[in-house]
Formats: sequence, C-alpha cells, structure tokens
Amino acid sequence: MISYLIKRILWMIPMLIGISLVSFFIMHLAPGDVTSSEASFNPKASEESRQKLRELYNLDKPVIIQYGLWVKRIAQLDFGNSFASHQKPVLWERTDKSGNVTKGLIQESLPITLMINLLGICIIFSISIFLGTLSAVRQNTWVDRSITLFVFIGFAIPGFWLALLLMYWTGVSNQWLPISGLHSLGYQNLSNFDQFTDLLKHLILPVSISSLSGLAGISLYVRNGMLDILHQDFITTARSKGLKESKIVFIHALKNAILPLITIVGLSIPGLIGGSVIAESIFAIPGMGKLFYDSVLMRDFPVIMGILTIGSFLTLIGNLLADIGYAWADPRVRKGLVK
Amino acid sequence: MKKNVLFFNFIVIFILPLFIISCSKDTSEVIDYSKEFENSFGGNLINAMAGEPSNLIAMIAGDSASSAIAGNIFNSLVKYDENLNYAPDLAESWKISNNQKTITFKLKNGLQWADGIPLTSADVLFTWKLITNPNTRTPYASDYQLVKKASTPDPLTFKVTYESSYAPALDTWTSLHILPKHILKDEDINNTFFSRKPTGSSFYKLDKWISGQQVTLKANNKSVLGVPLIEKLISRIIPDTSSQFLELTADNIDVMNINPIQYQRVFPARKDLQQKIALYKEMGNGYTYLGFNLKKPPFNDIRVRQALNYAIDKDEVIKGVLLGLGEPISSPYKPGTRWINPNLSPYPYKPSKALELLQEAGFKKNNDGILMKNGKPLKFEIITNQNKQREMTAVVIQKRLQDIGVDVSIRVIEWASFVNRFIKTGDFDVVVLGWSLSLDPDQYNIWHSSQQGPGQFNFLGYSNKNVDKLLELGREELNISKREKIYHKFSKYLLEDSPIIYLYAGYSLSAVHKRVKGIKKPAPPAGIYHNNYNWFIPKPLRRNEISER
Repeated sequence: MISYLIKRILWMIPMLIGISLVSFFIMHLAPGDVTSSEASFNPKASEESRQKLRELYNLDKPVIIQYGLWVKRIAQLDFGNSFASHQKPVLWERTDKSGNVTKGLIQESLPITLMINLLGICIIFSISIFLGTLSAVRQNTWVDRSITLFVFIGFAIPGFWLALLLMYWTGVSNQWLPISGLHSLGYQNLSNFDQFTDLLKHLILPVSISSLSGLAGISLYVRNGMLDILHQDFITTARSKGLKESKIVFIHALKNAILPLITIVGLSIPGLIGGSVIAESIFAIPGMGKLFYDSVLMRDFPVIMGILTIGSFLTLIGNLLADIGYAWADPRVRKGLVK
Repeated sequence: MKKNVLFFNFIVIFILPLFIISCSKDTSEVIDYSKEFENSFGGNLINAMAGEPSNLIAMIAGDSASSAIAGNIFNSLVKYDENLNYAPDLAESWKISNNQKTITFKLKNGLQWADGIPLTSADVLFTWKLITNPNTRTPYASDYQLVKKASTPDPLTFKVTYESSYAPALDTWTSLHILPKHILKDEDINNTFFSRKPTGSSFYKLDKWISGQQVTLKANNKSVLGVPLIEKLISRIIPDTSSQFLELTADNIDVMNINPIQYQRVFPARKDLQQKIALYKEMGNGYTYLGFNLKKPPFNDIRVRQALNYAIDKDEVIKGVLLGLGEPISSPYKPGTRWINPNLSPYPYKPSKALELLQEAGFKKNNDGILMKNGKPLKFEIITNQNKQREMTAVVIQKRLQDIGVDVSIRVIEWASFVNRFIKTGDFDVVVLGWSLSLDPDQYNIWHSSQQGPGQFNFLGYSNKNVDKLLELGREELNISKREKIYHKFSKYLLEDSPIIYLYAGYSLSAVHKRVKGIKKPAPPAGIYHNNYNWFIPKPLRRNEISER
C-alpha cells in the first residue's frame, strides 16, 4: 500500500512538468501580451514605453527561455507578481520594509470560491442522494418522474437568467435577500454573529443557483446505482429475512450505492478552486473564476500560470485521494491494490 | 405511504416559501424629492463601478476605474472648469513667457497633504522627476520629457522650460496628479503600498478598500480647496450592469452609468423609477468611426472613400445603435467646444452620389447588382473588437453598403488578438473603432504621416502634407484663436480626405437617485461629475445605515 502511494506521488512530478509546459506554450499561442490591453490603445501612451515594459517582463525573449525563468522561480515556490499595474503577488502576501502587507491575488479570491463551492457540494450531494434514493425506491411512479423532470429543468435552465429573476424577486420586489456582493455596507460594525448571518444571506442565491445545475448528474447517478443494488440477491435475502424496508434502503442499499460517489467527490476537488465567471460577475463576488478570466483577457501570464499550476496539482491530488478513499471504503479494491 | 409524506414535506419546505414571499409585497410611502432641502455635511453616496481600480497612482495605472477614484484624491496644477476652460487647481495662476517656452506656475497658499504636511513646489518637481524617470513604468512620459528644465525658485513657484514652444503643455499639466515627496521619495513607484493606500490633497481621502468589493473615500478635512458636502463616497464593484441596475432599483446604490435601452425604454415605462431616480445625459468622451486601410486598394482612392461615406446613413446608425442618444460629428472634437469647425457638416446620405463616385472610380454593376472593377467585385471585411455597439454599427453599415452593391462581411475579434494580429500588422480592410474626443486639439500621434510604425497610432496609414504641416504648427502655437484656425483647417482636410467615416459621438448616460441634490441639469460641457464636491444629500433623505460603533 505504502509503496503504491509513493509510486503515485512520484508520478505526479513528471505529470506536473508536462502540464505546465503545455499550458505555458498554449498560453503564448494567443496573440498579444500585457501591453496590448484596450486601455493602452491610447495616443498618449507611446510604443517605446510598451517596448520597455515588454523587456522588463522578459516578454521579448523566446518562449522557451521564459518558461525556463518561470520554472526557476516556481522551484523556489515563488509564483511571482501579477503583470497588472497593481503588481500584487500571485499566490501569497508579501510585506515591504515598512510593514505594509500586500495580499496575494489567489490568497484573496480562493477562500471565497472555496466557501461557495464547498457549500454547493454539500448541498448538491445531500439533496441528490435524497432525491436519487427517493426516485429509485419509487421507480416509475409520478414521484420518480417529477424528480427527474425537476433535476433536468435545473440542469437545463440558464443560470444567469434564473439568477437575475431571483435577484429581482427576492431583492427588488420583496427586499428579502441582498442582491449582490458578499457583505452589507457597514457590516464591520455588526457583531460577529450578525456578520456571519449577513454573509449567509448574501450566499443563499449564489450557492442555490450554482447547486441547481449539479443536481441532475448526481441524483441520476444515485438513482441508477440504487436500482442496481435493489435488484441484487442480498437485498432479496434481506427482504425475505423480514427486515424493515427503511433499514434495507438506507442501511444496506444506500451504503453500496453511494460508493461510486467517492470517485466523483475526488474528481470535483480541482473544481473547488474554479469559480464560474458568469455567476461571479452577476453576484459581484470576487472569486477565482473572474480572476482567471480577467487575467486571460489581460494576458497576465504569472496569474494564469499560477492558477493553472495549482489547479493541475489539485486535480492530481484529487485523483489520488479518490483512489485512496475507494480503497478505504471498499475491501475488494483494497485487496486488489495490495496484490 | 411514508415516502409520499416525505415528498410532501419537500414541497412544503422548498416550494411553498417561494409563493409566500411573492405575495408579501409591502407598499412603501412615497417621498416627494422635488421639495427644497437644506444642504448639510454628511451622508454616503454609493455608486457602482464595473471594474476594480488597479493602482491609484494615475501615471502608472491605465484603467478608467483607477482614474475615477484617483481623481477624487489627487489634484493637478491646472484643471478644466465646467465649460472646459483652464482653471486653477493647485496652481493659483500661471504665466507663459513671451517666447512661449516657459510656464511659471504659482501655487496656492497654505496647501497641505491629507496627513498635514505642507504641499510645496518641491512635490511638483518630485512628481515631474518621477514621471520622466526611465525606471518609472509609465506609458505617459513622452509629454513631460519635452520639458528641458524644471525648477523651483521658491516653495510656491514651479517653472518649466520647453525645448520649443509646446501648445498642449497646459493640457498635460491638467492630467498629472501631484504626488507627495515626503512619502514616496524612498519608495519604488512601480511597486509600492502607496498605490493602494495613497495620501492626496483633494476633497477626499481613502478610507477603506475591501479587495474586489468596495472602495470607500472619506471627506478630507485638511483639503484647502474646501470640504465636500457628502461625507463618504462608496464605490461598489459590480461587474454585471444588469445587477447594478437591480441594485439601483432596490435603492442600494445611488449612481450608475446606464445604457440607451435603459434610458429610452425602461425608464419611460416605469413610473416607480421615475419617481425616485433622475436621468442625466451629457456628451460622452469618444466617437466611433469606420476607418479604411489606406495602403490597400481600393481604399487608396479618395473617390471610393467618399462614395462609401455618402452611402452610410449616420442618422440611421445613431437611431439603431444608440436609440438616438448620440450626435453625428464632422470634426474629431467634442461637440460644443471651440475646436469644432462650424462650417463643416457630415456627408449626407446620398446613395445616388455614392454610385456616381464609384462609377468614376471604375466600378460597374454586374448582372447580380454587385459592383465590379477589372473583373473583381467591390468586397471587403469590417473588423471590430467585442463591443456590442460596434458590432451593431457594423451590421447597419453592412446592410446599407449591400444596397448599393458592395459585398461586406463582418468579423468580431477579442481585443488583444485584434490589435496584435490585425492592427499592428496592417492586415485588415476596414475597422470600426473609436477614438477619444480629447480636450486638447493636438492629434499628431493619430494623423501625422510620421506616426505609422508598428504599434503607433496612425495605423490607417494616413498621409497628407498639408495636414502634417498644420499638425506641426498647431503643436507650437499657444495663441488660442490662431490655434483654433489651424485645427479648423485640419478638420476640413480630414473630412474631405475621408480616411475615416465619422459615425457618431454617443452620449454618456447616468442615473442618479433623487436624494442626491446639487447636480447641474442640463449637464455642463464638463459633465455632471465636475462639481461632485458640491453635491449633497439632505438629512431627511439619507439612508439608514448600520451606524459606526
């Protein structure tokens, strides 16, 4: 088991190098660099100054040399500074000599995105498991059909459209929930508990909207897994033993049916750090999606590479965790690994 | 049976509340905003901005969000008043020497920074040295590098001498924010805390900046220019304009820029909005044009350019794209300013005249109604960047040109690719783009024939010896009425040569909650924001905010 783990972890190193190499070159295939933003298309800004900037950021060097410089920095875990005029560090804060702290871009955006996505995943999984089980147990009844219809509507409905409608409904005509942002004005003057409820109120809409589209996939997964299990011999045995139906469903069947979900949870780990540009723009949430989108438009290479590197690292870790989790939960898999 | 109960519970928990909320609509009382109110200090003005400011040091930042915020914190030596004439800002007066090469600025007495340290000519000199320092990452140095010598004879006097007389000089001093020497002298200007924690001299100072969410400015009581009436300016960062609009209608923000559809369609239909929100319309800061690649046939033929100019109905474009909220122009200057040549008018919509000119240029219609010359059809591609208004403009033009037998296709391209792949390489036929309506008339960088290198701004390849001469003259002439004549002539050449077709100058539209008083209507040439320090929110109309503890 241990040697398997070590092998898997060592394998991640060439994988990461390969991923970063491909990302770096693809990124440079797009025309333009940080000096060609729309704001710099200004007759008062001279071409010499843009050239100066390109030299400063080594953008005039061949791509392979730029990659070498990047790897050299990353090897020391230095993700560099953004090319944008605020020059913020990509990953983590830095303190200057007089003690002023400049927070890192990912450091600022990641907690917000993580919080929303974790909440979203919890909601998606709990509702999906519930709905999936319910439709399996009531297979081919109106309950089953209406649940399927509901999750598919949730999947198909355009998120931004529903978001705007709900914002209007709950925020403008009823003034029940805040419309956008993460905090109310002056929230710093609230007590800690009120600050927390204020934040929760702001999260209700974005989290519900982002969860809605995830329900379909997982609830159908649970439903099908559940149906498979319910038709197996050991369930028939349990029934003939005279066990209560609820015990059969929730203890014997469900446990087996949600095993494959471990893989899905593992695979969704990298998704945790990615936000949706559209949802973040509409709800005015400064998360990872908007950060990545804006840096692509700006050709802010250090930020793009920073997010991609961390994303691919988490993907690999997620795969690993899924495999380990599977082995932990399923003795059959565990045996296979040890062999 | 049990499962059915479960499902019923689900309905009760998730669906029913939605119906209950939708029915509980309360009717709020109607406030009469048209009453006379007394002004008094205090209150918060909340506005929405689409992007977060990047860097509050204007010489380094390039984005409009940064300059909007920095403009409330910093002063320049000179500013434009509401009629766009030069007016004192930090400088009380200025004198131009007889040989037109030296400007002497006299600072106001008793100026100080928000931290209480006096603001003197040493700060001005420091700022000039900063922007001309080759290590400073600013794209705007070139104007200030023309200063041969800068000196401070005494703490209230700042003197600059130019190599040769430079007419746009005063204009350049309106946009240079003066920075504090005592804070920045040992800082690396390219990467300093000051860009997010500035100390300025103007009406407001930075109070709080929550990354990605909001920037709060507070009245600067050390400002010698006076204290503003509104205590706090809060800018909320809301990228999506529909969300901004919802926040406006829910009374959560006071000011936002709106689009023509909201101005012309939404507001007239919504009595409840009209009751509490006032709309303002002012000339915007830019114009949109159709530009020809003058190095490529057939656009090197003036008759073809003029013909296409006659074939495009500018009024139709304005009606279709801006819902009428724009003006046709015939000089590249802001309508209503002295630089507009009153004798010029846009090319009228005359398709017959267009066909005549095209026939002169050798084009004949074939059996399918397509214009042909030497067996080749008159066919080109309009490219533009991802900008809804420009895309729609291109579509309207495409239709009109098809009517006279020109085959036009449209391509929309992401900005960075647009500039690098097409503009810089000169690999395009026709563009739809915009230029700003600068307040100083100098447009040397855009139209002088020497400015055609890659990355320079005469990318259309315009070259006219008379225009070159006028642009050179105009840069050196400081006498305003002589200068006016020069640029009137320049505009006339530009209109005749038609290297671009002026399409429209759009209005800038703002919606402001009626609780905000003191805004000039109709907007003066400088726009409604020029006197925002005189705006006020009467006490009875202020929001109930979570109070400070």
